[in-house]
Amino acid sequence: MKIKEVDREEYLSLGNLACAGCPETLGFRHVLKALGPNTIVINQTGCLAVVMQMAVPKVPHFHVLFENSAAVISGIDDALRVRGKREGVNLLVVAGDGGTADIGLSALSGAIERNQDFIYVCFDNESYMNTGGQRSGTTPFCARTSTTPVGKVIRGEDRVPSLRKDMLEIVAAHHIPYAASTSIAYPLDLIERVRKAAAVRGPSYIHCHSPCPTGWGIDTSEVVNAARTAVQAGVVILYEVEAGVRRRTKRVAKRKPIEEYLRFQARYRHVLDDPEALARIQKDVDERYEAITAALA
Amino acid sequence: MTAEFWNGTMAAAAAAKQARVQVNAAYPITPQTHTVEYLSRFVNDGELDARLCKVESEHSALSACAGAAAVGARAFTASCSQGLALMSEVMYFTSGMRFPVVMAVANRTLSVPVNIWADHQDTLVNRDAGWIQIYTQTVQEIYDLILLAFRIAEHEDVCLPALVAYDGFILSHASEPVHPLDQAAVDAFLPPPGSADRPLLDPARPLQFGEVLFPDWYPDFELKKHRALADSLGTIRKAFEEFEAASGRRYAPVDAFATDGAEMVIVGLGSMMKTARHTAEKLREDGVRVGTAALRVFRPFPAEDLLEAVGGCRTVLVLDRDIGYGTGGMVYPDVTRILYHEDHRPDVLNFIVGTGGKDITPATIERCVELARGGYRGRVEFWPDARGAEEGVPYTEEPAAP
Ligand SMILES: Cc1ncc(C[n+]2csc(CCOP(=O)(O)OP(=O)(O)O)c2C)c(N)n1
Ligand code: SF4
Repeated sequence: MKIKEVDREEYLSLGNLACAGCPETLGFRHVLKALGPNTIVINQTGCLAVVMQMAVPKVPHFHVLFENSAAVISGIDDALRVRGKREGVNLLVVAGDGGTADIGLSALSGAIERNQDFIYVCFDNESYMNTGGQRSGTTPFCARTSTTPVGKVIRGEDRVPSLRKDMLEIVAAHHIPYAASTSIAYPLDLIERVRKAAAVRGPSYIHCHSPCPTGWGIDTSEVVNAARTAVQAGVVILYEVEAGVRRRTKRVAKRKPIEEYLRFQARYRHVLDDPEALARIQKDVDERYEAITAALA
Repeated sequence: MTAEFWNGTMAAAAAAKQARVQVNAAYPITPQTHTVEYLSRFVNDGELDARLCKVESEHSALSACAGAAAVGARAFTASCSQGLALMSEVMYFTSGMRFPVVMAVANRTLSVPVNIWADHQDTLVNRDAGWIQIYTQTVQEIYDLILLAFRIAEHEDVCLPALVAYDGFILSHASEPVHPLDQAAVDAFLPPPGSADRPLLDPARPLQFGEVLFPDWYPDFELKKHRALADSLGTIRKAFEEFEAASGRRYAPVDAFATDGAEMVIVGLGSMMKTARHTAEKLREDGVRVGTAALRVFRPFPAEDLLEAVGGCRTVLVLDRDIGYGTGGMVYPDVTRILYHEDHRPDVLNFIVGTGGKDITPATIERCVELARGGYRGRVEFWPDARGAEEGVPYTEEPAAP
């Protein structure tokens, strides 16, 4: 897809409550451009709920609870079907990784399994940012958050084994018609993925990597760069799962070493001079990269 | 229509079906489960044009109903006990959004200890969630009041969710003759589903739902919500009158029996009030002037109606089939509150009875009356059917007499 094909309409007002450099706002802006005005947005509690208080999008928007967006949108889907009004309307959920991978996982799982017709976009900033940056089920190994501080004994996220929840694979295991990973660093890819999701009948899921300057300690000017480096280092793998077939959507010629990604982020400062931790993180990234690559068509 | 022989769960399902619900989302839990099963059958047999949202939890059940209501559909759910506790967060959300969802609740206590039998703990801990709460005494009432609940909840002056409670097993699993309305009468009584004129989620007219409200405006919203629920009593009365015209059956917010000139009036919720009435009839034959006042509508609280029923008596016996741990029964404070400001203030006693499904028999009621007449010396709380209370049943080695 070409940049001139992108909708010029702005559905999200500028001057909203987001932090400078907010990746979720950037990603959401592009999601709305991909879907256009015939969209109902259901939004789970999280940063975006706060952002949208003032950023009145030109589409109906319903901020629900922290964990029930997939259930609310199921009711909307069913009601519009019974009322003969389902055609031509995109039903969109936007949520954070906490609301998706943790507290709202059961509602999401149920809605996908029931084959409800909706698009679910998870903006993964790898922490609970709306409540001040606590860990979530997608917080990576070693990362510092407010509930995984770098202490004298335990230094950052210390889950054993070290890998975080893999939402895309969890969702794929539901035999979902369409799921994909994307990143705020690649807006055209994001738009393409969302459009593809919208064309699907039934549930679709987009996992959007969203490095957060406030939580991760990245300079606001480096947010997109950090997101791009995550892909180049193979920490984030962009691929889609369509009817069970996995296909790569962004190729990486030569993977960058993990340090190049970590050095943007204050949350990893304590590991940069810890060769053991670095080796562990690199090993995890390598192993996952190879496993997913092997599964790609 | 001819009489049907229905149990409570079927009466609830039949009412929802005749109300032409459009989205039904519920999750199984004893003793409410059959309602979900019956509705599934109606839909799968093509008798009801609705979507069954086969949710993975009660939290999602009510959330799906809220979603359906947000785009204007008539939504119905059923639950109780643990399921209702799990839903609690969404109950506040639903009323705050002013979504007229209707729920049938087959009352059951809350674990632990594990217990699947009736008391009102589950609905009463949610009494302040901003829902209309209606309590029923017979299977016929379950049917009638669920139809009424749709009418009331969706009324433009109300726009609030409503729950209709009935005692688990006692009514859910007991079959009684029920006289349903024929479909044409129901269609005439209820507006067509989805016809309510209220703000909806619609891309043609983008609105923002569920947004933040800062402290400066919060009290204004709370007052509106409180008034809407309090004032719904007027709509409820009118709906009762219209229902009488359609069915010949008369309802009032308080179901009073022989309260005029009564020396004692028994107040409470649910099916035990039929037992209380039966016992009162018997006691009156023996010259004890006992009346009963069943709170059919508990939220909004029908203060005037209740005052009329209990204002003149000497002693009010509030039966609570629940317990507010560390304070007392949960119905009791509402009754004392309305009497406090009266010139004539009867004594108000609180009887905690029938929790966890312990049978409330005429003997239980007689015991309450006996305690009330026996000189209570400043005590107000009694546990006549519990072991360990002075007024309760004794601990004994022998099995309890049948
Ligand atoms: C039931 C419930 N528990 C906790 C909260 C508090 N809470 C609100 S948002 C949030 C974290 C959101 O994190 P995430 O979903 O990752 O979104 P983000 O803010 O990072 O975009 C929490 C814990 C809540 N609103 N509801
Ligand atoms: S904390 Fe992060 S995700 Fe949340 S608004 Fe700020 S930049 Fe955006």
